[in-house]
Amino acid sequence: MALSQTSAAPVASETRLVSTLTTAFVTLTVMAAGLAASVAVAVAGYVLIDFVFPDSKLLDAALVMVLGVAACFGYFWASNKLLDTLYPASGAHVAANLTKANAVRPWLFLGPAVIVVGLYLAYPVVNSIWLSFHGPSGETWAGTSNYEWLARDGGFRESVRNNILWLIVVPAATTFFGLIAAALTDRIAWGNIAKSLIFMPMAISFVGASVIWKFIYDYRPAGSEQIGLLNAIVTGLGGDPQAWITVPFWNNFFLMVVLIWIQTGFAMVILSAALRGIPEETIEAAVIDGASPFQIFYKIKVPQIWATIAVVWTTITILVLKVFDIVLAMTNGQWGTQVLANYMFDWMFRGLDFGRASTIALVIMLMVAPIMAWNIYETKKGTK
Amino acid sequence: MSGVLMKNIRKSYGATEVIHGIDLEIESGEFVVFVGPSGCGKSTLLRMIAGLESISDGDMYIGAERVNDIPPSQRGIAMVFQSYALYPHMSVFDNMAFGMRIAKRPREEIDRRVKEAAEILRLTPYLDRLPKALSGGQRQRVAIGRAIVRNPKVFLFDEPLSNLDAALRVATRIEIAKLKESMPNSTMIYVTHDQVEAMTLADRIVVLSAGRIEQVGAPIELYERPANLFVAQFIGSPAMNVQRAKIEKTGESTTINLGKRKADLPIPSPGQLAGADVHLGVRPEDLTIASNGGGLMDGRVNIVESLGEVTNVYLDVENAPQPIVVKLPGVQRFARGEIVSVAAQPSKMHLFNENGRSLLYL
Amino acid sequence: MNTVVGTRPALTWAVHIAVFVLVAIWTIPTLGILISSFRDKDQIVTSGWWTALAPAERNIVARAAPPSEAVEENGRWVLRGNVFGEASGSVSAFGISIQRPTEFAPGVTAETRDGETVAVGENGDYIITYPEQPEGERGQRLFVTTLEPPKFTTENYETVLFSEGIGQSFINTLTVTIPATVIPILIAAYAAYALAWMEFPGRALLLATIVGLIVVPLQMALIPLLRLYNDIGVGKSFIGIWLAHTGFGLPLAIYLLRNYMAGLPREILESARVDGASDFEIFRKIILPLSFPALASFAIFQFLWVWNDLLVATVFLGNNEEQLVMTGRLRELLGSRGGNWEILSASAFVAIIVPIVVFFALQRYLVRGLLAGSVKGG
Repeated sequence: MALSQTSAAPVASETRLVSTLTTAFVTLTVMAAGLAASVAVAVAGYVLIDFVFPDSKLLDAALVMVLGVAACFGYFWASNKLLDTLYPASGAHVAANLTKANAVRPWLFLGPAVIVVGLYLAYPVVNSIWLSFHGPSGETWAGTSNYEWLARDGGFRESVRNNILWLIVVPAATTFFGLIAAALTDRIAWGNIAKSLIFMPMAISFVGASVIWKFIYDYRPAGSEQIGLLNAIVTGLGGDPQAWITVPFWNNFFLMVVLIWIQTGFAMVILSAALRGIPEETIEAAVIDGASPFQIFYKIKVPQIWATIAVVWTTITILVLKVFDIVLAMTNGQWGTQVLANYMFDWMFRGLDFGRASTIALVIMLMVAPIMAWNIYETKKGTK
Repeated sequence: MSGVLMKNIRKSYGATEVIHGIDLEIESGEFVVFVGPSGCGKSTLLRMIAGLESISDGDMYIGAERVNDIPPSQRGIAMVFQSYALYPHMSVFDNMAFGMRIAKRPREEIDRRVKEAAEILRLTPYLDRLPKALSGGQRQRVAIGRAIVRNPKVFLFDEPLSNLDAALRVATRIEIAKLKESMPNSTMIYVTHDQVEAMTLADRIVVLSAGRIEQVGAPIELYERPANLFVAQFIGSPAMNVQRAKIEKTGESTTINLGKRKADLPIPSPGQLAGADVHLGVRPEDLTIASNGGGLMDGRVNIVESLGEVTNVYLDVENAPQPIVVKLPGVQRFARGEIVSVAAQPSKMHLFNENGRSLLYL
Repeated sequence: MNTVVGTRPALTWAVHIAVFVLVAIWTIPTLGILISSFRDKDQIVTSGWWTALAPAERNIVARAAPPSEAVEENGRWVLRGNVFGEASGSVSAFGISIQRPTEFAPGVTAETRDGETVAVGENGDYIITYPEQPEGERGQRLFVTTLEPPKFTTENYETVLFSEGIGQSFINTLTVTIPATVIPILIAAYAAYALAWMEFPGRALLLATIVGLIVVPLQMALIPLLRLYNDIGVGKSFIGIWLAHTGFGLPLAIYLLRNYMAGLPREILESARVDGASDFEIFRKIILPLSFPALASFAIFQFLWVWNDLLVATVFLGNNEEQLVMTGRLRELLGSRGGNWEILSASAFVAIIVPIVVFFALQRYLVRGLLAGSVKGG
C-alpha cells in the first residue's frame, strides 16, 4: 500500500518528535476547524429556517434530518479543503507539503469514526467497570458489594441458567435448520422463492415477531374455540389447551422458537453460499465413488464448510447473549423466563440501581469476551 | 525533450533490498523495454519512475528535473496497467477525460483531446460505452488512449498485453509499434516478461535479474552478443544450449576441448584463461545434424517435438548439464535412442567463463 | 447435480415436500397476523384466523319480545319476531334451554313442558305460541347458533393509525431511522478508505480494535451514555439517538466497507493517482461509486436494525407521545391491549410492513452484505 511519494530522509529522533507533535497539532486543529465550520453552518441554517417557518413539526423533523447529515458531510469537505490550503500540492515545497498532508489526512478521515466509537463503545466499557463498584446512583463507593449481591441473587441465577439454555439451543437449532433449508432449497427449481420466504422474518423486529408468536401461543380456556394456532392443533389432536408462555421451564423454549424463527434465514443464506462454493468436482468424485445423497451431504459437503458453520454459530451466539426484546415483550421475565439482558434492563429502569445494572452488563460483556478476543486475533492475522 | 536518467537507484522494503543500484540513461524518444523473469524488479523499477513506489536511494531524473519527491501526476508521465485499470463506472470518454477534469482543463480542450485520441485508436464509436461492454483489446486501447490524452513526456507500460489472448496480443503489439512510430518524440518504457514483445518493440532492451541490470542493448545485439549466460539463455527460444569445455589455446582465436572433440572459435581470449573451465553456448537453431558423424558432439535422441514448421530434438549428451536441444527446419524423423552427431559454425558459438560472463565482454 | 443420471424421483419428491413444510412453518405465523388484521374484531376472538374464509359459527342468546305483546290467533296467543333484530343472519340450530342450545334444526317446532311451542326459521324469524294469554315483560330466551358470513374490514387499520398513535410513531421511527442510517455510512466510508488504502502508523492495531468492538454488547453502553447525556444536557433527543445508533453501528460498517474497499483493484487507484486525483477526489470519484454494493448492503442492515430496534429507543428517547417509536408503541400495546388482537395485529403489520418491503426490494444487496461479512474461505 505504499502510495507515499517521498523518501524519508533519516532524521534525528528529536526532529521526529517535533514533526509528530506538529502533525498531531495540525490534525486536531484542522479537525476542530472543519467540525466547527460545518456545525456552525448547520445550526445557522436551522435557526434561519426555523425563523422563517416556525411551528411546523413535520418540517422540523425533516430539517433536522437534512442538516444533521449535511453537517456530517460538511466536516469532511471543510477539513480536507483546509488541509489542502495549508499544504498546497503545488509550488516550491511540493514534496514537503505532500509528506505533511499525507501524515495528517488519514486522521481527518478516521477522526469522526474514532471519536464516536471511542465515546459510544470504548468509554462505556471503562465507565461500566467503574460503576459496578458504586452504589445505585453511581456516586457512592460500594466496594464489591454489587458482585456479592450478584453471587447470592436468585434472579441472576435464573437469568444465567436461562441464558445458558438459550446459548445451547438457539445457535444449534438455527444452524441446523439453516443447513437443512440451504441444502434442500438448493436442489429445487423454486428454491429461491422458498429461500426468500424463509429469510423474510429477518426483516421483522423482535417485538413484531413477539406479537406474531404470542398470537400463535394464545390461550382460551378449555371448551371454547381456540384462536391460537398451537392450542387449536393440540385440542384438534384431543389434548388440553395450555397457556404456553406461563408453563415453567418449557416456556423458555417457546420464547427461543421466536429467535430461531427469525434467524434461520440468516443461517440458511450464508450456509447456502458456502455450499455452493464447494468445488463441484469433489461432489462429482463422490457420486462416481457411489456415495448416496445423504452421504455426500454429511461426509463431503458439511466437512468442507465447517469454517462457515463456525462463523454462523458465533454470530448467533453473540446475538443470543444480547437477546432482550423478545423476553421483554412476551413475558417481561415472568414465569421463570428472565435473561441477563432483560434483568439488567429491569435493574436499570425499575430497580433504578446503576451499580447493579452495570455489574450485570459486565457479566454479559465477559461472556462475549472470548469471541471478541478471537475476532481480534483473526483480524490481526489476516492483515499481516 | 525528456529522457529518463537513473543514478544508483535502490529500493528496500524494510531490511530487504530488491533493487540494487540501477544506473541507466534513457534517451528522449527512445522505446526501451525492461525484460526479465518474474520477481526481477522490472515492475518495481517502472513504478518508481511513475512515482507509485518511493525511491529508497539514488536519483531519478525525468528531463532535467529530479523527480524523487514529485507526485506521479506532476512527473509528466502516463501509465498503462496490465489490468487496464479502467474506471468501471465511467464511460470510455469519461475514463479518458478523468485526468484533465481533475486538472480542471477547459471543456473544449478535454473534448478535443479525447476525440483526437479516440480517432487514433479507432475508439470513436465506443466513447459512450462502459468498459464492461468492450472486448479485451478495446479495453487495452482505452487504457492507451487515457495515456495519450495526458500528452506525457514519458509513457510507461506495465505488461500491457499479458491479459490478452494470443491472437489479440500480436495485433495489439503491432498497434503499439505503430503508435510509437506516430509519436517519435515520446519516450516509452515498456515492461514485459515476453521476449518476443521485447525483441519486436524495443530500440533498446534492458535485461534485469534479481534487481540488477544484466545487459542493455539493441535486440539483435542481445541475441548475437549476450554479455552473460543469463542473457544468453533468457533471449531466444528454446534457450541456448550450454556444454562444459576446457580452453586449450588462447589468443586471437580460442581453441576449446569438449572431451572427445575440439573446436576453434573466432573469439579472442586472454592468456590467463589457458586451461580454464568454460561454458560453450550454442543456440538450438544454430545446430545442424552432421551426417558423417563428425560433429561437435554426439548425443542420444530422447524426445522429439514435431511442431510442423520446426522439429525440436532433445539429445542426452555426456557432460551436458541439460539436454541439448536442436531446432531443425521442417519435419524430421528420428528414432528414440538413435545416436546423432550435431555441428555448428564456429562464428555462431559463444563462450562464457566460470562466472558466466561472455569472453567478448571481459 | 440435478443432471446426474439415475436420480431417484422419490427423493426429489421428498425434497419438494420438505421444503414446502419448511416454508409453511416460516410463513404461517406472519400470515396469521396479516389475515387477522383484516378480520372483524368479533370474529377474531370467536374463531381461528385459518377459518376466516368459512362462515363463522356463533352462538347467540336472543330474547324474544315480552310475552305481554302476544296477540290471539286461532285460539292461541302468538308472538312473532326475529332473533337478529335489525341485523340479518342464518340460523343453523336453536334451542330453548341453556343445556341444549343446538337441540332443534331451524324450522322444527319445539314444545315446552307448559304447552308453549317455539319455532325458529332459518332466516331468524321465530314464532312462539302460548295456550293462554301470557303475562310478564321478560321475553323467552332463545339459544341460536348462526352462521355468519366472513367479514373483512379495514377498520382495524383506521383505528390503529388514527386513534392509537401508530401514525405519529411511524413518523418518529422515520425521523430516527434515516439519519441513523446515513450518518454512520458516511463516517464509516471515510474511515474504511483510510484503513484500506492510506498509510499511517497504528493502522493494523486500529483495525483490530474496531473489529473487537463489533461484539461489545449494547447493554454495556446504556448506563454510561445515559449518564453522560444527562450530564451534558443532550437528554432524550433525536440527535442523541442518531449518534448512539451511529456509534453502535460503526464497527460493523467500517469492517464490512474496509473489506470491500481493500478488495478493489489497486491499479485503478494508482491510475487515478497518476491522473492527478487527491485522496479526497479518489474517495469521492472512484471509491464511493465502486463501493456502492457494499454501501447498499450496510445501509439495508442499518436501516432494518434501527427500524426494528427497541432497546436503544427505549433508553435514549422518551416514552411520551411525541417521541415514542413504533417498536415501543407495539410493546406498550402488547401490555395495555394484550387481548385486543384486532389492534395488535394491525399495529404489528404497520410496524413490519416497511422493513419487509425494503427487504424484498433489496434482498440481493442484503445477501451480498451478509456474505461479505461472514463467509470465510468460501
